[in-house]
Amino acid sequence: MSDSKTTITVWIFALTLLAGLLVLPQLLSYSQREIAVFLIINVLLVVSYRLMTLTGEWSLGHVVIMGVGAYASALFSKRLGVPVPLSMFLGASTAGLTAVVLSFPLFRMKGFYFLIGSFAAGEVIRLIWKYFTFPFGGAKGLNLIPSFPDIGWISFFDPVNYYYLCLIVVSVSLFILYRVERSRFGLTFHALHWQDKLAESVGVNTFRYRMLAFTLASFFAGLSGALYAHYIGTVNPTRFDVEEMVYVLIWAIVGGTATFYGPIVGVVALTIVNDVLLRALGFDTIRPMIYGAVLIASVLFMPDGLESIFPKLKRLMMGRKTEPATKSEAGEIP
Amino acid sequence: MSELILQTIVNSIYAASYMSLIAVGLVLIFGVMGVINFAHGELYMAGAYTVVALYSGLNLPFFVAVVVGMVFVGLLGLVMEYAFFRALRDNPLGGLIASIGFLLILQTVAVLGFGVRMAHIRPSTQEKIELFDGVLLTHQRLYVIVAAILLLTALYIFLRKTKFGWAMRACAQDTEAAALQGISLNQITRIAMFIGAGLAGVVGALTAPLVSPTPYMGHSIIVTAFIIIVVGGIGQLEGAVVAAILYAFVHTFVTTFFDGVVADMVGLVLMLLVLVVKPTGLFGANDRV
Repeated sequence: MSDSKTTITVWIFALTLLAGLLVLPQLLSYSQREIAVFLIINVLLVVSYRLMTLTGEWSLGHVVIMGVGAYASALFSKRLGVPVPLSMFLGASTAGLTAVVLSFPLFRMKGFYFLIGSFAAGEVIRLIWKYFTFPFGGAKGLNLIPSFPDIGWISFFDPVNYYYLCLIVVSVSLFILYRVERSRFGLTFHALHWQDKLAESVGVNTFRYRMLAFTLASFFAGLSGALYAHYIGTVNPTRFDVEEMVYVLIWAIVGGTATFYGPIVGVVALTIVNDVLLRALGFDTIRPMIYGAVLIASVLFMPDGLESIFPKLKRLMMGRKTEPATKSEAGEIP
Repeated sequence: MSELILQTIVNSIYAASYMSLIAVGLVLIFGVMGVINFAHGELYMAGAYTVVALYSGLNLPFFVAVVVGMVFVGLLGLVMEYAFFRALRDNPLGGLIASIGFLLILQTVAVLGFGVRMAHIRPSTQEKIELFDGVLLTHQRLYVIVAAILLLTALYIFLRKTKFGWAMRACAQDTEAAALQGISLNQITRIAMFIGAGLAGVVGALTAPLVSPTPYMGHSIIVTAFIIIVVGGIGQLEGAVVAAILYAFVHTFVTTFFDGVVADMVGLVLMLLVLVVKPTGLFGANDRV
């Protein structure tokens, strides 16, 4: 992984990708530009979700945490008049703080119990939004959320400009998340996933590291929520319900979570299938059915996720046997 | 006041009946396949629409429609087993995604066949029993309660007394050891899927006149069922029944005396409390994860 040739290839690939992303909005129609903005936000959401899954626990509350970021940022800017860029940061921090608090009850559970426990905690938060009209706006939620302030002549009302803003924020966040995974902390997260008893026996405080992963993941989920809220200008409890969470889960599992790029491939591929291809074909009523069939086919024929194609492709192109895929590096489905 | 309390108790018993049937089916599937069936709510929906088609549409007798619904949904369970659950036996998250895919397909079929609007079904009977002064139980609800008692007893006897039942429990405890004893795993999973799905179907069919089916009715039921099976301890049939009764009583009482949103909140908080005190549910084994 560390030889200079691979590093150069990675850099060339990354720069090409960046260039592609920069010209992308110019090639799209207006509605597709909007889809592109949401796609970028969802990339951050699903990659932050993967950080959480590194420790081996799958949460069903991640979208609600994103909502905490969205609600908090909207409230800070709308009711307290905090400038939007700062309120976004505060919103993300609120999401992180929520995770710290939720860690205490939730990390007593494991596996399916954690899955459902996190779902219940998320539902409680969502019902609080729904029940309290002040300050959360009840079932109708909040609207007229201040948008991102213009910088000079650049108006962020335009999806293209907001796309570039999101691209910058998300790229920086992804870089941080990537570095975290490669750091000592990231290695500990992997250790917790595979051998939590062993890790504990050599002195790793498993609770504290799980909490750290959860908090970091929630911070970035909250940031994606804040990006969402100040673009669309309105948030409501239904936007963050379990159905949306199921989509995040689908993106992560269909893409695969063993590699950093797996979930990104998942969200990009499935968004293109659902929002671009099927919409263009015009099957509005039977779109969910085709999507469902795609899901079943993908888990049946690619149980390791879309990410597993790339090592295979690489092997094909190289025409020789390289070491088996990156499986050993990171999280497998528990 | 005492009438209201008695009436709420009767309503709770009704709620406990259908919830425990749904939850037991889900637990049965989980126990044998190791997969959480996310499409369970849509199987319930399919049962309800069988009644819409046969009883409202073709004017067949109500109970014929119910039995056909149970068998039809049981067969849907077999389709799921054959199409993907068998291949994904050691892959719980894959099974989850596949069942979500199947859920979307079933919903679309229902939308195509019956439209997105609520289907109103005339009740099969208008009769009701007056238990005490002013405490009523309609026959329509009584059917559900009787069906729950009969089916759960039958299931209990099946699992405890018959050879198939023993084999099924063996598979739930240790798949490999069961296979080594010559138990056909595929046959057991087929039976479990048929029974589990059929239970969801019969509930959907029996409650169809009471709830006005929509293609998306499975959503709320699956959420409740998840809460119940986690509180009971995943994979524990008795736990699921006890948790269903507990949840039904708490939820119905809080809904009656406060409102639905508070009831949902109380239910979720109670569940979290149970899990904080005992992280593997009420009946779950301590060391299993």
